[in-house]
Amino acid sequence: MFSLDLLLDAVVIGVLLGCFYGAVSLGLSVSFGLLDVPHVAHPAFLVLASYAVYFLNENYAVDPLVAGLLITPIFFLLGLAAYRLYYETFEKRGSDASVRGIAFFFGIAFIIEVLIILQFGVDQRSVTASYIGKAWRLSDIRVPYRLLVAFAVATALTMLLTLYLSRTFMGRAIRAVAQDQEALRLMGANPIKVKQWAFGIATAVLGIAGALLIIVAPVDPTLDRAYIGRTFCVVVMAGLGSLGGTLVAAIILGVAESIVLTLFGASWAPAISFAMLLGILAVRPQGLFGRRS
Amino acid sequence: MSKKVSKPGSISRRRLLASAGAAIAASPLGANLLQAHAAPIKIGMSMPQTGGLAGGGKASLLGIEIWRDDVNAKGGLLGGRKVELVVYDDKSSASETPAIYSKLIDIDKVDLLFAPYATVPTAPIMPMVKQRGLLLIGNFSFQVNSKVGHDMWFNNAPWGPADSWATSYLDIGQKAGGKSMALLSADQEFAQNLAKTAREVATKRNLPIVFDQAYPPNTVEFSSIIRALKATKPDIVYVASYPPDSTGVLRAVNEIGIGDSVKVFGGGMVGLQFGAVMENMGSLLNGVVNYNTWLPEKSMYFEGTKEFFDKYTKRAVEAKIDPLGYYLAPFGYASGQLTEQAISAVGSLDQKALAKHLRENTHKTIVGPIAFSADGERKETAVLQAQFRGIVDKNIEQFRSAGKQVILFPDNLKSGELVAPFEAART
Repeated sequence: MFSLDLLLDAVVIGVLLGCFYGAVSLGLSVSFGLLDVPHVAHPAFLVLASYAVYFLNENYAVDPLVAGLLITPIFFLLGLAAYRLYYETFEKRGSDASVRGIAFFFGIAFIIEVLIILQFGVDQRSVTASYIGKAWRLSDIRVPYRLLVAFAVATALTMLLTLYLSRTFMGRAIRAVAQDQEALRLMGANPIKVKQWAFGIATAVLGIAGALLIIVAPVDPTLDRAYIGRTFCVVVMAGLGSLGGTLVAAIILGVAESIVLTLFGASWAPAISFAMLLGILAVRPQGLFGRRS
Repeated sequence: MSKKVSKPGSISRRRLLASAGAAIAASPLGANLLQAHAAPIKIGMSMPQTGGLAGGGKASLLGIEIWRDDVNAKGGLLGGRKVELVVYDDKSSASETPAIYSKLIDIDKVDLLFAPYATVPTAPIMPMVKQRGLLLIGNFSFQVNSKVGHDMWFNNAPWGPADSWATSYLDIGQKAGGKSMALLSADQEFAQNLAKTAREVATKRNLPIVFDQAYPPNTVEFSSIIRALKATKPDIVYVASYPPDSTGVLRAVNEIGIGDSVKVFGGGMVGLQFGAVMENMGSLLNGVVNYNTWLPEKSMYFEGTKEFFDKYTKRAVEAKIDPLGYYLAPFGYASGQLTEQAISAVGSLDQKALAKHLRENTHKTIVGPIAFSADGERKETAVLQAQFRGIVDKNIEQFRSAGKQVILFPDNLKSGELVAPFEAART
């Protein structure tokens, strides 16, 4: 059944949902898009962040977003350690590093999953905050506040990260290492240190993204598996390394999913999203905003 | 005088040992020592202890373990044989169970088999169990025997006839004045089975289905779906969802609203039976009419029920599993009681004789009397439909009191009347 009202509603919800997808994919856009690290444990770190936020919210009544900010430095350090371990054990050793790297990160993901189960059990967890469970009324459209929060945070995060990468010395170094690692070495900089720093930033972003994940919906220890496909889809569709593009691609995915869910039947939603990815890659192999290599 | 008199010879030592042995054997201590040497009765099963079904699997296993401890404390079965459980984690996966059950049968050589919790891990072992002619006590799977037709299958779940679930829910909806139905279901086997029977019952009753959608697993946001459902203005909303989605659906209903037309909402939402999920959802649950298997209403207490929950509550905290344990744990215990009663009546572990006894008798358990029909499911459904009332946020203890989930069906267990429409019941 079709009506303009429903379509409008689907687009609004889709844009907000897309922003949420964007926020949870931003870190991957840096680690996979810029650094070429096959970081399949990205969603596992994301779920870990959600549980950390849950812990702070449940035990100390900290607002989930504030909790997300509080854990950011810890996740930054975690990112530094994870990259160093990956570099020493895999990347340093040569050409098939990326294939073996996938195995490494899958291993990390499973370890995180099991640790969460051991600590928190298998049940799903959620947080409480004044903006969860209520909606903003705009004539006939009702928009859940939690999605508006995701929208605001995703936009702010993308802008901050874009500014950081384009305006700061370290940010430019990260872009440089993504373009030509050897050239950076010739300039006297240590590309590994730059990459490690960038990986730390990518993981730190997950602190806030994890907060959004548990604000939008409850989490359980195996939720990471549901996000592997979605986050990689967003990053590849955007074009590797494009942060603004990541947000736009995520919004396209969110709107497509929402329209299909509302108007054509829920079963088709994942098929349409991934068909769009294939279609876009067929026309633009470098992704929507990627540069031709 | 004689040189031999006081010297204890080898014969007298033997006699002494023999008489001492006889005395020990005749004493209660001796009886225990002898029993300890009798081979235990081994019951084998797989149970989801990791993966999506782990929450239920662990609670169910604890119920079975409490039964094992109770029966062993009473001295075991068949004149003193202790019960021993052989359990493997099937990781909630259907691909794991056939190998595990082959191992249980051929290598561990267990005496009896219990099925794992849930439909998906159970379905693939049914043909093998039938082929080998083994007794299998089912554990909350839904219609896994309908096509296999194994006559030694007995499900501990209260499901009953396949369509009774939808029938009872639609009865409640129609009595409240419902004249159309919306159907929202997860695209997974269990939910689809429920949806299928709901469609059939609605068609039989000429109840128009104004909305019928299956959403894929991992759907993150339900606002769009609920908006589309609301636009069709249904009277009865039947939802067959899985745990993460159930929360998503109810959150979206709370935010988007569902409209004044809806008389009843719920029916087949999995997850709303588990303590942690209910605690998380809190007041979102108010008004929802949903299925359940056991609730702390007066009508649900049978011999041993209270004692079971006293033990469960203590052990669940230590094991970090569902502190309430209403949905599965007492039925795990009941599986043990079914086995115990059959073995005691038959006096052996002969699987055919045990199956015959289970099929032909009514069995007293902590979840009420259980009688089986020819397909190994309950003769009559004992699935409850209950409405959440007066639930507040973040308080798991509230669910231990009567009146928080008022039983509307079945009539013999009923503890209150429906409050409708749905929006009115939510305040």
